[in-house]
Amino acid sequence: MSTAETAVRPSTETRERPPKAGRAERHGRPAAAFLTPFLVLYLLFIIGPALYGLVMSFFNTSLVQSGLGSFAGFGNYAEALQNSDFWSSLWHTIWFTILTTPPLIVLAFVFALLADRASRGRWFWRLAFFMPFILPSAVVALIWIFIYTPELGLLTTGLAKIGIEAPVWLGDPNWAMPSLAITTIWWTLGFNFVLYLAGLQEIPRELYEASSIDGASQWQQIRRITVPLLGRTTTLVTVLQIIASLKVFDQMYLMTQGGPNFATRSILEYVYDEGFTNFRTGYAAAVSMLFFLVVLAVSAIWFGIVRRQEKGA
Amino acid sequence: MTASDILEPTAARRTVDAAQVDSRHKLFNRICAGVLIAFALIWLVPVLWALDTALKPNEETTKTTWLIENPTFDAFGRVLRDTDILRWFGSSLTIALITTIGTVIAASMAAYALSRMRFRYREALFWLVLAGIMIPGQVLIVPQFREMDTFNLLNTFWAVSLPQIPTAVAVFIFKQFFDGLPKELEEVARMDGAGYWRIYARIIMPLARPAVAAVAIFAFVSSWNDLLWPLLVLSNPDIMTIPVGLATVQGAFGIRYADTMASAILGAVPLVAVFLLFQRNIVEGIAGTGLKG
Repeated sequence: MSTAETAVRPSTETRERPPKAGRAERHGRPAAAFLTPFLVLYLLFIIGPALYGLVMSFFNTSLVQSGLGSFAGFGNYAEALQNSDFWSSLWHTIWFTILTTPPLIVLAFVFALLADRASRGRWFWRLAFFMPFILPSAVVALIWIFIYTPELGLLTTGLAKIGIEAPVWLGDPNWAMPSLAITTIWWTLGFNFVLYLAGLQEIPRELYEASSIDGASQWQQIRRITVPLLGRTTTLVTVLQIIASLKVFDQMYLMTQGGPNFATRSILEYVYDEGFTNFRTGYAAAVSMLFFLVVLAVSAIWFGIVRRQEKGA
Repeated sequence: MTASDILEPTAARRTVDAAQVDSRHKLFNRICAGVLIAFALIWLVPVLWALDTALKPNEETTKTTWLIENPTFDAFGRVLRDTDILRWFGSSLTIALITTIGTVIAASMAAYALSRMRFRYREALFWLVLAGIMIPGQVLIVPQFREMDTFNLLNTFWAVSLPQIPTAVAVFIFKQFFDGLPKELEEVARMDGAGYWRIYARIIMPLARPAVAAVAIFAFVSSWNDLLWPLLVLSNPDIMTIPVGLATVQGAFGIRYADTMASAILGAVPLVAVFLLFQRNIVEGIAGTGLKG
């Protein structure tokens, strides 16, 4: 972590030196050579497609025809905004985000706090909480579909033993999304957990020692020292988590296929269905752009909060 | 001890208080450890359950018990024999290696230019790269797919790897690392007549090993676990990656749960094995890179 932390601070040196007009071109040629591999791929596969997608969203482009097709103006956007399938898939995505974000932040924080206090067994906590994060989504789906199997699944029989009648999990339109959320919490918690662990190690131990001499209880220490000092980590974890949750696709595609009765179709799966099953490429590109606006809005809000935090500090 | 003996009774009372607080601290720490262990065990259950089921014969798997009456590795054998999983390993490994090596080389070279050279449009270029961090790859799937189709690259490793190589975050990480490196070594090398390429390859990159490790691990794991993009561009079973392959055979086992779980375990084994070997590096690489992602 230490190397990454030191690397975070941008060097002021490059900025202090004003670029002189005569010197500006001094390294023109070698710079071009060093930048070419990245820039060619970047323009070809990121910036190019981004612009192409933007153009496409204004045309009735089809997957099965070459060329852009007829001009549609804002037709695709208007259609999406009037389409109930678009709104319901957007709502499912937001619902999934609401279900996953708070537990993924709170549990990760609590586990990191507890693991930080425990003097031993660091490798074990990392193994238990972080290992699921490196499993492919397909593996996670196979394991959890089995656990959610009605009647003989581990969760259903386990709950039956303590006298609770379990729902049919993925098969129930009301329970399908919470089930996917539980799986996702198990799968991705480790990422936030290690971010919090790194944040905790930055807090100087002297603060705790000083406050315990003043007679502060452990609970007070957590409330008055740990939580406020982890404010920046929490902002970061929150925004990364919201963006990751909004981009959900794998869990739905693999575990419910958007069902039952489209109850779990996310916005990215809607793009996938419209673009690659119904071949409506232009329309799918327009929906992608609308989704991009949502992600941008979240990033912009985060940027605003970070600036305020930095001013306050 | 002697000092407190001489002091007044209030001091003695204070030591009693301290002892009480101390024992309360100990109890608090015990409870904390207990809660954490309980949650860690809960977190391990799904994987252990999959392993447990995979070691049973298929007939035993409907009984929902941790007890295995006739432990067997047959399910693993059947998955290895009846599916193309070994071939998927090969595809995943090839694609992940192309992506990782490509990302490290392209990003570090660009970052070196941005960090050490003065040239026109430098600021503008840096902002162009930063803008890329804001674009989630998922919103580009539609145009990227048409692009691959036009280039006739569908169902090739290149279709999967090429869009993953230009990672803006990687440039950012390398640039920050390079900015923090002292310039004296390079100046000495330059006086000895070393060119940019030589300085980059012989001085900068060896010093940047932590950044290389972080970017490489992040690129490798993301590539290995990616589902949506390879799912779109790879429809040929011969070159599918592990996530795509597993997704396509998902339903094929039906109620042969031992086989299903064996396929899940096999799909997880390569990365988990690497993870157990390089736990700390992997955690730091993913956390450090994801931090800026």
